[in-house]
Order: sequence, then C-alpha cells, then structure tokens
Amino acid sequence: MAEHILQVKDIKVRYSSIPVIQGLSLAVDPAETVCVVGANGSGKSTFLKAIMGAVRVFDGEILFQGREIKNLKTEEVVRTGITYVPEERMLFTALSVEENLLLGAYTLNDKERIQENLQFVYSFFPRLKERRDQATLTLSGGEAQMVAIGRGLMSNPSLLMLDEPSLGLAPRLVDEVLDTVRKLKREGMTILLVEQNVRESLEIADRGYVLQTGRIVLEGTGEELIRSDVVRKAFLGI
Amino acid sequence: MDILVSSLFAGLLIGMVLAMVALGLTIIFGVMEIVNFAHGEFLMVGMYTGLLTAQATGMEPLLTLPVAAAAGFLLGIICYFGFVKFVIRGPMVAQLLGTFGLMIFLRNLALLFFGAEDRAIHQGILVGKSFNIGMGVIAPATKLAAAALSVIAFWAVWLVINRTKIGKALTATSLNPQGARYMGISTERMNALAWGIGGGTVTIAGALLVNFWSVNPFIGLLFTMIAFAIVALGGFGSVSGAFFAGLAVGVITEIPGIWDFLTYIFNFGWMADVPMTSLKYMWVYLAYFVIMIVRPRGLFGWKR
Ligand SMILES: Nc1ncnc2c1ncn2[C@@H]1O[C@H](COP(=O)(O)OP(=O)(O)OP(=O)(O)O)[C@@H](O)[C@H]1O
Ligand SMILES: [Mg+2]
Repeated sequence: MAEHILQVKDIKVRYSSIPVIQGLSLAVDPAETVCVVGANGSGKSTFLKAIMGAVRVFDGEILFQGREIKNLKTEEVVRTGITYVPEERMLFTALSVEENLLLGAYTLNDKERIQENLQFVYSFFPRLKERRDQATLTLSGGEAQMVAIGRGLMSNPSLLMLDEPSLGLAPRLVDEVLDTVRKLKREGMTILLVEQNVRESLEIADRGYVLQTGRIVLEGTGEELIRSDVVRKAFLGI
Repeated sequence: MDILVSSLFAGLLIGMVLAMVALGLTIIFGVMEIVNFAHGEFLMVGMYTGLLTAQATGMEPLLTLPVAAAAGFLLGIICYFGFVKFVIRGPMVAQLLGTFGLMIFLRNLALLFFGAEDRAIHQGILVGKSFNIGMGVIAPATKLAAAALSVIAFWAVWLVINRTKIGKALTATSLNPQGARYMGISTERMNALAWGIGGGTVTIAGALLVNFWSVNPFIGLLFTMIAFAIVALGGFGSVSGAFFAGLAVGVITEIPGIWDFLTYIFNFGWMADVPMTSLKYMWVYLAYFVIMIVRPRGLFGWKR
C-alpha cells in the first residue's frame, strides 16, 4: 500500500460522556476517493469534525501527511491542507458568491494563485460565475452546495472532506453533485466522502467504510461493499 | 428659520461624532454578540488620554488622536484577552454583569487617578474660534474639526472592514464563527481584533469630543446609552447603519432647538414653557423605543 495521506488510528469522541466514536480507524491514500457510509446518527459528521479539531478527541491518533494533527485548532488543521465542506454548508449568507469563494482561499497569500483557483472553480461550476455577485442567501439548494464545494476547493486542499453534499437536494441535483465528485476524482483530488446515497457513492469511491454506532464494521473496495450483506440489508434494502 | 437650520446643522455635526462613538460597540456586538457596557468608559479613557496628552506635551489637542487610538486599541485587546475571553464562556447574564463590572472598574480607576471634577481643554488653535457657515449658522471650530475627523476615521474603518482581507475575515466571523474557522480563520484573533478596533475607534471619538465637552469619571454612562440607542437604530452589528443612525440621533438631540423654532412659528405660549432642554436625551430613547417596536432589527437590519 502507498503511503497514507490521512491515517486515523483508534480515535474516540464523546459528547458529554456519551461515547459517539468508539475506536475508529481509517486511512486515505493520495488521489484516492474514500467513502464512509452509515445510518443517521452513526457518527459520520462527528468523525469529520474530529479530524477538523471541531470536537475533542480523547484517545487515538490522527496523522495527516505524517504529522499528528489530533486536537489542533480548526484553523490550524485547515492550514495543513484539509478542507471540510460541512453538512450544513455554513455559507456566509449575507455575502456574495464570490466573497464566499474568496474566503475559501483565506489561508493563501499569493493573489495570482487565488485568481487561478477562482477561475478553476468558475470553470468547474459555470453557473457560479453567472451568479458571482448574488448574495448566497438567495441561491437555490443546488447552487448553495456548489458554492460550499467551490469554497472548499479555493485553498488547493490536499484532502477534501465532503459531508453529505447531496443532502436535501432534488434527485436531479443529487446526480449533479455526485457527478461533481466524480469529476474532482478524475482531476486527481483526494476525497473523503460521507454520503446517504450509498450505492452511487460507493460506485464512485475507490474504497469505503461502513460505520455503525461509532465503529467501523466493514471496509473494502466500493464494489465489495455494494455486494456485502451488511450494505445490502442496511442501506440498499435488498 | 435660522434657528432650524443651525439646529439641524449642529445635530448633524454632533451626530458624526456620535456615530464614531457607536462604531466600536456595533463592531464588537457584530463579531461576538456581546454588549460592552463599559463602552462609555472606553470613551472616557479616550477623553482623558486626549486631554492629558495635550496638557503634558503642549500638543495641539486634535493631534492627540493617534495616541488615543493606540491606547484604546491596547485597552480593547487587553480587556479581550484578560477578561472577555473568559466571560463569554458563561451565560448571557454573566457577560452582561461582566462588562458592567468592567465599567465600574474603569470608572473607579479614573476617580482614583483624576478625581471627580470636570476637566476641559482650554488651549489649542481651534478653541474659542468659530466659523460662519452662512444661512446664519455659526459653528465652533472644534466641533467642525471633530465632525470632519470622525467622518474620515469612520470611512477608514469602513474601508478596512469592507475592502481588506482581514475585514472580510472579521465579517465572516460575525456571520458564522464556526464556518469562519473552517476557512482557516482564527476567530479568537478576530474577536481580539474587534475589541482592538472597538476600543481604538471609541477613544478616537473621545479625544475629539474632549475638545468641546468636559470630562469626568462619570461621563461614560450617558454615552454608553447613546451608543446603545444608535446601534439599535442602525441595526446590531451594522457599520453603515451606525453612521446614519448616529446622524439621526445627533439631530434628535437637537430637538430642543427645533422646538424653539416651532414655538417661534406657531407662537403658542405654552410651547415655550415645556422644559425641552432637560428632556434632550429622552427623545433619543423615545426614538429607540419606537424603532424597537416598529423595526426590531433596526433601520438597516442586523450585521450589514
Ligand atoms: N453537539 C452534540 N451534542 C450531543 N450529542 C451530539 C452532538 N452532535 C451529535 N450528537 C450525537 O452524536 C451522534 C452522532 O451524530 P453525527 O451528527 O455524527 O451523526 P451522523 O452520522 O452524521 O448522522 P446524519 O446522517 O444524520 O448526519 C448522534 O447520536 C447525535 O445525536
Ligand atoms: Mg451527519
């Protein structure tokens, strides 16, 4: 196996003494797309927040590019090259599309690079270019998600973490978002994806993990998981 | 007619300074959603800084601004790291009582060092001079200069907030702190910066104000309340809102003059008997009260 870009070893998280992540290990290799699936409340978002330093991890290790990043401040984690596109999107709704995107490049100082990234995001999401001056409050759900993902790309991350990017979108838009993930993968982006659309996302992913009440119960290639009994019963309803 | 124009003009002039007084309060509220009850005491610090620097160095009082700004910026940062940072972990009531305590502390410190008596600036090239603006309006030079410098300082802060990267980060922090952290913004630093700017701008206002308003250790509360009304009128956290609300409140404080004008026009005997001047600040609160009922989010909406 190639050297892992992200390696999580046996981490534990609790919310006021209630264990939510109970010894979770996972690895992501460079240019790989890894998908985590699990039922509602199984701890997927908590896991990503733990990597981001947004919730406290009280045991285990998180190595990113060989460096221990466990319990760094969120802004320091971002500076190591990880971006997180939260489930709630967390756009700055009073600001325009472009202002949101530029905030995504906050950790960069090179103005030319920022402009290049902006053009890249606009070529990736042409609709955002049309709406660059519009306040993000007034965007449709699909467009808002594009801004959230685009903003996550603005800092040239080494690892992009997407938390249920298709949440709350109409079926056509779900396909569009998953297509975006596919395209990003083709661009060579390293992606850690959490999704509810289990079959589609496991088809995109190189590998996947199944999370159940804070533990990994199964891991394998996307195809292996789609064919597994656990996934078939719990998520595909077969 | 003259009295109306000169009242309005005087109202706008003082309004420009009041906008500067309120600027820091709205910025701190915008970023941290905490009301600084010691805001007027920060202003008092600015007034004493301006006054004492001018007296100690013989410097032109209006040129003491940078000293006052630096003192206020430091004061804000020190208060944040030494005190506010811990208080915000507690419930809202603890925050209120906390900044209230800060107010008492600063007030008593001033009492200890400077005594209770009023102090005012008596020398300076502008003191005692005034300009005839035309239409019968005569404006004291110190007020004109204070208003002009307030507008310039306000504009500069507006530019920093709206046109610079750090200003955008400050705005992002005020809109969604967790989202801001996910962008790599240190919200802790932004909070401190908000307190620094908040302190630095209100002390600038203080150093301007002291040129025509005497200072004593109890001066703070009146201005805290005025600033509070301005922030509520303009919309909590709204910077441009604070400017226009400042002008409005300035004009409102001149209602006695406007009343005189109406008395003169209508010539009702009873009108002259209303003790308008003593009711000066009541109008500010009446306006505040009405706005809170009609437009609870202020004239310009929150945080923009
Ligand atoms: N701030 C919090 N305080 C207390 N409990 C929390 C908090 N956030 C999440 N939880 C609990 O932790 C568990 C895992 O939540 P998490 O949001 O990580 O689940 P998830 O897998 O992302 O679910 P979903 O698919 O609904 O997004 C849930 O039981 C949830 O109720
Ligand atoms: Mg979730």
